[in-house]
Amino acid sequence: MSQDNKQTQGPQTTGHAWDGDLQEYNNPIPNWWLYAFYISVASAVIYWFIYPAWPIGGSFTKGFNTITYVNDKGITKTTHWNTRALLMAETNEAVAAQKPYYTKVANTPFEQITKDPELNSFVVSAGKQIFSDNCAPCHQQGGAGKIGFAPNLTDDDWLYGGHFANIQQTITGGRHGYMPPFAEVLTDTQVSQLADYVLSLSKIAVNPASAQAGDVLFHSETAACYYCHGANAKGRQEIGSANLTDKIWLWANVPGADTIAGKEEAVKNVIRNGLNKGVMPEWKDRLSADQIKLLAVYVHELGGGK
Amino acid sequence: MNTGIEQPVKLYEKRIPVVTRSVKGRFRNLKSAILLLAYSVYFVLPWLPWSRHDAASQAVMFDMDGRRFFIFNLVVYPQNVFWLALLLFISAVILFFATSLIGRAFCGYFCFQTLWTDLFIWVEHLIQGERPARLRLLKQPWNAEKVIKIGSTHLIWLLVAFWTGMTFILYFGYAPDLLHRFFIGHAAYAAYVGVIGLTLTTYLAAGFMREQICAYVCPYGRFQSVMYDPETLAVAYDVRRGEGDRGRISPKGELKDRQTRLNQGHGDCIDCGFCVQVCPAGIDIRDGLQYRCISCGLCIDACNNIMDSMGYPRGLIRYDSEANLAASVPKAPYIDWKRWKLLGYVLAIVGMSAGLIYSINQRTDFEHSVQQIRQPLFVVLSSGEIRNRYQIRLTNKSDRDVQYRITAKDLPSGALDLGEMQNVTVHSGKSVIVQASVKLQPNQTKKYEHFEFVIQSLNNPTDRAVEAASFYSEKAE
Ligand code: SF4
Ligand code: SF4
Repeated sequence: MSQDNKQTQGPQTTGHAWDGDLQEYNNPIPNWWLYAFYISVASAVIYWFIYPAWPIGGSFTKGFNTITYVNDKGITKTTHWNTRALLMAETNEAVAAQKPYYTKVANTPFEQITKDPELNSFVVSAGKQIFSDNCAPCHQQGGAGKIGFAPNLTDDDWLYGGHFANIQQTITGGRHGYMPPFAEVLTDTQVSQLADYVLSLSKIAVNPASAQAGDVLFHSETAACYYCHGANAKGRQEIGSANLTDKIWLWANVPGADTIAGKEEAVKNVIRNGLNKGVMPEWKDRLSADQIKLLAVYVHELGGGK
Repeated sequence: MNTGIEQPVKLYEKRIPVVTRSVKGRFRNLKSAILLLAYSVYFVLPWLPWSRHDAASQAVMFDMDGRRFFIFNLVVYPQNVFWLALLLFISAVILFFATSLIGRAFCGYFCFQTLWTDLFIWVEHLIQGERPARLRLLKQPWNAEKVIKIGSTHLIWLLVAFWTGMTFILYFGYAPDLLHRFFIGHAAYAAYVGVIGLTLTTYLAAGFMREQICAYVCPYGRFQSVMYDPETLAVAYDVRRGEGDRGRISPKGELKDRQTRLNQGHGDCIDCGFCVQVCPAGIDIRDGLQYRCISCGLCIDACNNIMDSMGYPRGLIRYDSEANLAASVPKAPYIDWKRWKLLGYVLAIVGMSAGLIYSINQRTDFEHSVQQIRQPLFVVLSSGEIRNRYQIRLTNKSDRDVQYRITAKDLPSGALDLGEMQNVTVHSGKSVIVQASVKLQPNQTKKYEHFEFVIQSLNNPTDRAVEAASFYSEKAE
């Protein structure tokens, strides 16, 4: 090729010589490369002026570029460019984009929302986000809960009611479930009898005589279980007492135990020690009313809503 | 020669301008015809009207905001990205096929770089004249004439480049409206970036870099050699015929006569250099097949013209295969398509095209997905029944509101619960999520482990999709 023909003169050196004859060839880098390097240097300098760059003592150069956002107190702020403000600004945009939908959810009665495909779709996707951020730590990602810890929201069993308004109220004001301990009041036999009775209500094969005795005890003034759980043992949603006749367990891990003895033991534990842990915090200070309404619809849509 | 060590090689050399002579002939005409066609399509297409219900009436439009491409009657959604992949595969195989068959035909006739370079050279020729005049202009010191000629050339280049960029963005919006907004400063930021970027790159690539793009930038030029076979047709100089035993020689005196030349052992090449002067790649084809040659065929036209004027037979430079050129008795150049490799390519092209056409024909006017809700996978209800839930997402791709009915095949009646959404209306271009739940008695779960959802458009009976689903349950408790 053409350039090869021109390589007639001898090699160039830098002109330095060491030890008499040790020389260094001069192989300059190509010019385009050099220019690209200069342009990079210039860009770096321009960058220093625009963005925060240099630390100076306890402070730093803030750059010319500014960013404006509305903080969570609703105050508009303009500051030097930084990623935190950028996040705020982008969050503002996202919130503004969702705003019309939230307003629509807020102004639409519950039943109407579930009939409107587009609004309902919004609830499903936005609700999922709020749920993951706030509720999932206890109720698990999909709302399946955990026995002994947090109720399953996807089944049809509700401690405080599964209508839209019940759910909304639960989220807004929180709940606190309580069952007194019976270890002091009842003998161990009595506790076993009660446990057998409760298991028999869920059609689990237990000693019928013991269950029979438990039935009597349940409705007696000694144990007085029927006060809270009702004479038919179906629970009372006003106070959040559990329905003992269905197959759903929240505090006693009955499905988790393989043997009858194990299931008995699980129920007996609850009877002996009572409960003081069914605590759901109130969310009215953490979430806006609109968010709570949306969340109520979402939870209702998880499958259990009445 | 071991140049790397003894002699420092300059890594970057200034480009030696290639000033091409214009030429007339078959291949030039073919090139011009293709060029005209390509430009008509590119520059006119965005202005072609097309009636549409819910979007701009433009035949081809890439609607970025709406996340869909309109190509005449076809609407392409992001979900159809598979088509694009297939189309790219098909194009690639066609390229391989063509390259094995007739070399770099794409480069010489269809490539944008070639087309725009051709146009720019044409402008250059129009203003500055034929090659000798242009060379003179290049060497002469700056004066009024040079400033005017070079200046106006660049001005026209820039205008062409600008309109090239402008046309490109017109594909992304309703052309008349976008053009108006562009000039009053109300177009999207991306439009200005796009136009400026394309104007500059077109101006640089077609005005200054030209053959350098083909030689150094274009990846296709880099890997084409693996597709060449000895049977591949390529632009070739017939060395045996051109050089004879004693080499080429200019036709002076008695050497004009072909018979005399042959008797003296000289070939047909009269060393006029025309083939070199017309070459847009700036090479001498007589040095043999080389990677810079874009197979444009202009040197063939040039040499044929010379052969005609000399009264020698045509085809000293021609499309021919290496195998044929080397044969002891060369046949007339022919396209050798009976090769396994080529048949394989044809098979791939036909297969993939059939797949693409089938897939396009199978499209429904709505997009759907059925997802099983996996958290939790199933729920035991207080009655002991087991429930699975599914999320069905429907996107209405048609241009009107459509009502869909969702049903389940092979399930006992009452098992499927869609809440209020058995019939769901989806607005044009919108998506909705429908939550479906299926409830079964524990003893039924085995039997209905597999079933199907059927989604049916109530507006168009042929628009229907069936999606398989599974039902999960715990081991019976
Ligand atoms: S050598 Fe001939 S075919 Fe190749 S680029 Fe030059 S003019 Fe075109
Ligand atoms: S145009 Fe033909 S005759 Fe003239 S130099 Fe080229 S090969 Fe030889």
